[in-house]
Amino acid sequence: MASLKELRNRIASVKATQKITKAMQLVAAAKLRRAQMAAEAARPYAERMDAILANIAGKVAGQAGAPVLLAGTGKDDTHLLLVCTAERGLCGAFNSSIARLARERANALIAAGKTVKIICVGRKGYDILRRTFAKNIIDVIDLRGARYIGYEHAEEIAQKVVARYEAGEFDICTLFYSRFKSVIAQIPTAQQIIPPQLPETKTEAAGTNTPVYEYEPDEDEILAELLPRNLATQVFRALLENAASEQGARMSAMDSATRNAGDMIKKQTITYNRTRQAMITKELIEIISGAEAL
Amino acid sequence: MATFKFELVSPAKLLFSGEVDEVIVPGAEGEFTVLPMHAPVVSTLRPGILTVKAGADVKRLYVCGGFAEVNEKGLTILAEDATAAEDVNMTEFAASVSAYEAKLASAASDEARFKMAETLFQLKAVQAQLGGGGAAAH
Repeated sequence: MASLKELRNRIASVKATQKITKAMQLVAAAKLRRAQMAAEAARPYAERMDAILANIAGKVAGQAGAPVLLAGTGKDDTHLLLVCTAERGLCGAFNSSIARLARERANALIAAGKTVKIICVGRKGYDILRRTFAKNIIDVIDLRGARYIGYEHAEEIAQKVVARYEAGEFDICTLFYSRFKSVIAQIPTAQQIIPPQLPETKTEAAGTNTPVYEYEPDEDEILAELLPRNLATQVFRALLENAASEQGARMSAMDSATRNAGDMIKKQTITYNRTRQAMITKELIEIISGAEAL
Repeated sequence: MATFKFELVSPAKLLFSGEVDEVIVPGAEGEFTVLPMHAPVVSTLRPGILTVKAGADVKRLYVCGGFAEVNEKGLTILAEDATAAEDVNMTEFAASVSAYEAKLASAASDEARFKMAETLFQLKAVQAQLGGGGAAAH
């Protein structure tokens, strides 16, 4: 049986850990609120962007000479996986579930004889994926220095992706991130961003309900500007959703860690008290029997 | 007087939403004014000054890159960056203009250089406009 001192030390250390997890939970809760607000504030832009894009794309689609960013290269030999994860750990299964989804997709693509390239956004995803796909990872984008996620980060990532696309380095790009559903539910999601998957019904509805637009400059030039920007918006949305999901995941992970620590302290305290009582009893018996022997 | 719905959205948030009388938009191919019942149009924006008139209230905003869409519901502007004209930090703006000038010098192709020169010209025009507006306000 552990000595009293050992037990005392263990209880003290669990208490210290509990304080840390509790503090992390509170910090995550505060950050979550901010991240959620940011994600919500970004929604109108993405929605309008989708609407305009669907509208124009509906007209241009099928025509010869549509921009490659919209129509794709017509091949699907090389896939680029853009995996967005967090920069920090201690947030439950958040990072590993995104990485798992990306890994499954990568394995399936490799099994089908495709070439897979990976760009990691966030250090944690890189740490997990480099064990199996060290050769496939072509770039790592680190956002650790950023205090908040701004549109400029997303734009930078999108520019890198577009530059690689235009250099013919890949045919299809898929974005991996975690969709924020609620504090306890974050859904790892794969979204194809190049060529963009436009909801069919939406384009049709746009064609029938909306008036004929005049374009200034013409459609092609607008599309040429709109598509990279749409990509940046998609990445931005993914980053914001990810930020909210990360904090949500961390909050619930830290909540259960705090609860676990509480249970542990309770159990250890009972053991400690029992052991102490047993020691006292033992010492008393020794004294009494010693006195009797005299 | 009739009004129409105007929305100004940046990637980070919805900056303005409400009924206005008139908006002057810095379109890529020239400025145009949007009044109620304007014909549907989609246009890209150049860096410039966006003027919003609602009653006697006139607001000037600096917008940088984006899209304007006019439909039967009103005008929507998707701007990458939008700041109220009086809030633009002139020293920072001047710094970004000269940074752009430096970038222009190292442009790869003639075509890119032409495009960048055009943007630079627009930026400088904005700078002059803002500088003038700022001096008048003080």
